[in-house]
Amino acid sequence: MPSANENPTRSIVSIADLSKDEILSLLKLAAYFEEHPNSRLLDGKVVATLFFEPSTRTRLSFETAVNRLGGRIIGFSDPAATSTSKGETLKDTIKMVANYVDLIVMRHYLEGAARYASEVTEVPVINAGDGAHQHPSQTMLDLYSIFKTQGRLDDITVTMVGDLKYGRTVHSLLMALSHFRVKFNFVACDELRMPEEFRTFCDRNGIEYRESTDFSPEIIASTDILYMTRVQRERFTDLMEYERVKDLYNLDARMLDVAPDNLRVLHPLPRVNEIDQDVDDSPKAYYFQQAKNGLFARQAMICTALGIKVPADIH
Amino acid sequence: MSEKSKELAVAALRDGTVIDRIPSDALFKAVDLLGIADLGVSVTIGYNLQSNRLGKKGIIKVADTFFSPETLSRIAIIAPTAVVNTIRDYEVVDKQPVALPGEIVGLVCCDNPKCVSRNEPIPSRFEVVDRNPVTLRCHYCEHELSGDSIVLK
Repeated sequence: MPSANENPTRSIVSIADLSKDEILSLLKLAAYFEEHPNSRLLDGKVVATLFFEPSTRTRLSFETAVNRLGGRIIGFSDPAATSTSKGETLKDTIKMVANYVDLIVMRHYLEGAARYASEVTEVPVINAGDGAHQHPSQTMLDLYSIFKTQGRLDDITVTMVGDLKYGRTVHSLLMALSHFRVKFNFVACDELRMPEEFRTFCDRNGIEYRESTDFSPEIIASTDILYMTRVQRERFTDLMEYERVKDLYNLDARMLDVAPDNLRVLHPLPRVNEIDQDVDDSPKAYYFQQAKNGLFARQAMICTALGIKVPADIH
Repeated sequence: MSEKSKELAVAALRDGTVIDRIPSDALFKAVDLLGIADLGVSVTIGYNLQSNRLGKKGIIKVADTFFSPETLSRIAIIAPTAVVNTIRDYEVVDKQPVALPGEIVGLVCCDNPKCVSRNEPIPSRFEVVDRNPVTLRCHYCEHELSGDSIVLK
């Protein structure tokens, strides 16, 4: 039973599990943690970071979040060193770890692994990525970055560029932004266009979108958030097609000349050459701050999952 | 179709089950699912019979056998139009469309090889998101299955 100082605990597995109010409350919390990154809110709490596949960037961000909240961490970053490599089931690993900790943050190569884990234990689970399926903390940091740079989530135009077919981040962001009044431009070659399932989702929910194979100045000029993704060679069945399109969806500083002042360039990172180095010095480049925002978004998710009430001055 | 030929198509059964309105292309799958080959009772199978609703339909009549709700819900996945008649002493005592439950557990295999349900010892779980055509969404990886991608375990 939660005490007066606590809310019920809850797992955060998929961005689709969060209502609009819950998303807004997480954003508010993230803003609070940006102002107050260090605290003792997790005093006496132990958090497990279970990385069944390596992801240094995500793990460091979650572990920094726990450390800055005053909690302690156990876990692994290399499943080869665990009983999983001896054939232990995921359920057994989770049930064993759940005996020791207050919260499990897990990354797994199997899709649906975090949902399953959250159903075999009472301890809340945060999904830090399950295969190509969901990565809600990435989506929360994207939302927080949009909110912070635009001051709102309604009445903005988001242009998604590059690999819209396999890019899990663009799909989750699209789902999360469906709670708000957002217009989309989907800029991609035919082979990597936004899948039908998500176009149907937009149609069903009355979300306005435009598709284009041309990354044109006109599109950039009408964009508030330019969300770039990497076009990967291994995604193409036709390598001639890859050679033809590989540089069409790259961004350089000159292309931003037509952009409105409030436009910000986001990218889930790591980037390769889809954003030229000369963009880095532009005030419109936001991808490094975006990654930093991940820390605050994750602090917000950790406190929410643990049911910890944050000091009243944010409400 | 005349009354007489209709009667012939559903020849008298004293006790047992008649599963009617099976789409023709699902008939032999249904025969498999019911385990007809191992029953050892008298069975009549009708294939490509005229049907006003379906165009062509199949029918399976099994003597002295009553199927479990679980077996019938498996039929519902491949033949959602099917109707199950329970016969006792030559009378139809019950007539029900097969019921596709809201959730299907352990019957269908997820087609995503990276789904946790394919790699850990757990029953598959699907939510029925559409009944016509039957469309299922995996509870774990959220892949949607319909038509030929629905493979029964």
